[in-house]
Amino acid sequence: MHTHWHAFTVIFSRDIILVSRCRAELVNPLVFFVVVIALFPFAFGSDAELLKRITAGMIWITALLASTLSLEGIFRSDYEDGSTEQMVLSGYPLTLLVAAKVSAHWCLTGLPLIIIAMLTGFILSLPTQALQALFLTLLLGTPVLSLIGAIAVALTVGLRSGGMLLSLLILPLYMPILIFSMLAVENASAGLPIDAELYFLAGMLVLSITLGPIATAASLRIRLS
Amino acid sequence: MILKPLYRFASPQNFYHLSVLLTPWFAWATVLLMLIGLYGGLVFAPADYQQGDSFRIIYIHVPSAWMSLFIYVLMAVFGGIGLIWHVKIADVLAKSCAPLGLSFTFLALATGSIWGKPMWGTWWVWDARLTSELILLFLYLGYMALQSAFDDRRVAARAGAILALVGMVNIPIIHYSVEWWSTLHQGPTVSKFDAPSIHINMLIPLLIMALAFKTYFASVLLLRARTEILEYECNSNWVRELLNESD
Amino acid sequence: MSFQEFLHMGGYGSYVWASYGLCAVVLIFNVVESLSRQRKVFRELNKRIRRLESNK
Repeated sequence: MHTHWHAFTVIFSRDIILVSRCRAELVNPLVFFVVVIALFPFAFGSDAELLKRITAGMIWITALLASTLSLEGIFRSDYEDGSTEQMVLSGYPLTLLVAAKVSAHWCLTGLPLIIIAMLTGFILSLPTQALQALFLTLLLGTPVLSLIGAIAVALTVGLRSGGMLLSLLILPLYMPILIFSMLAVENASAGLPIDAELYFLAGMLVLSITLGPIATAASLRIRLS
Repeated sequence: MILKPLYRFASPQNFYHLSVLLTPWFAWATVLLMLIGLYGGLVFAPADYQQGDSFRIIYIHVPSAWMSLFIYVLMAVFGGIGLIWHVKIADVLAKSCAPLGLSFTFLALATGSIWGKPMWGTWWVWDARLTSELILLFLYLGYMALQSAFDDRRVAARAGAILALVGMVNIPIIHYSVEWWSTLHQGPTVSKFDAPSIHINMLIPLLIMALAFKTYFASVLLLRARTEILEYECNSNWVRELLNESD
Repeated sequence: MSFQEFLHMGGYGSYVWASYGLCAVVLIFNVVESLSRQRKVFRELNKRIRRLESNK
């Protein structure tokens, strides 16, 4: 029996390799992000003043949606081909293996999204303080999205109603993250300190790192029973 | 020692008969308390010097809001009990809570909105308490949608329990939102430990209405749970006997 | 206080009565729905039992 760390790295690298084989899975969330951002000027009639005010919100919401859409597939293929059962029976803590999968997902989706989001913010001339706040909130927030979202994905994996039900479950749980991130960006643009919001986001991050995988593992077990 | 009688009522059959026994009592208590509370709120309580008679909406709004939180916590607790100890009746009770919780959350939001129009001049404002209460509405909807997405009742109950427990994070946010943020919504006036900052003649109908809502909830919950447990246990002997009797 | 004044509620009548009316609708709806659900379940289960007995 190998060490836990070994099990973690095996699952982690497996997911990374699987996705790198299918480049589309990697690139799709990023393309989705750019396309949706491009929709906003059409909807708001290129009113430059208005768009400037909502840029940060646009970016965060689109990143949130892109992350949700890509999260949907995190357990699907494993559930369908029986790998999930193998993981449960493997003797390694399911929580650990789930944590590995979620980490891999964040590295593959969250990190590139942060980079693209920052580029987009820069191109759309977000002021520097807003950019900084955006970066910090995305850095703290996107892992939370992956961790909490994974719980809902585990609960609904393989169901007929799939995506719609998943969004209905996930988005209410995401709202506090979005609220605090936008509060931080707003305060930063006004020159106010954003420590409180960052501490809250960091607190949510720690909470989701410690409890998220446990809930996700429990959800997978329930679905497999 | 204390738990022994509780174990007896965890049996679906005993729960069913207990429910049949208790529901009328709670129902009549509700009617009585409602009548007293409505009289107290609409007639007895003096008009507020700032808000006039519109403040009487409080007698619906606040009890509904309290119930929306209380029911969610109860739903999560029942779900947790069903999840950890595999108690069927806990699963059934959790599922039966949801539509009532949804109703009260909707009522709290709607009456709050109606009250807000003359007071704040707007139907809606994106402040902390309203937004987090709205999240609660979506949590109830998500819970009900999740439960109906599964064919196997037990899997549905357990999945719902996990969702309810995860969503518990929202409850402290709702409750303390008016303290943590400066919001348009009024701060807490009824606290467990301090003297309330509301006139006693206004407070008493509020508490009576709150109690009335609780007895209402108890009676409808017992009724729904009773029906649910029949479906759950439809293959067992006691259900057959019951149905034969009632025919 | 006259009945007219009672309905008028110091000018806020429509808001107050809309709220109380909404409350009545919601609470009554829940009761009616729960009772009709109970009746439906009884009916379905009786049908099912009759079907099973006749199959024996």
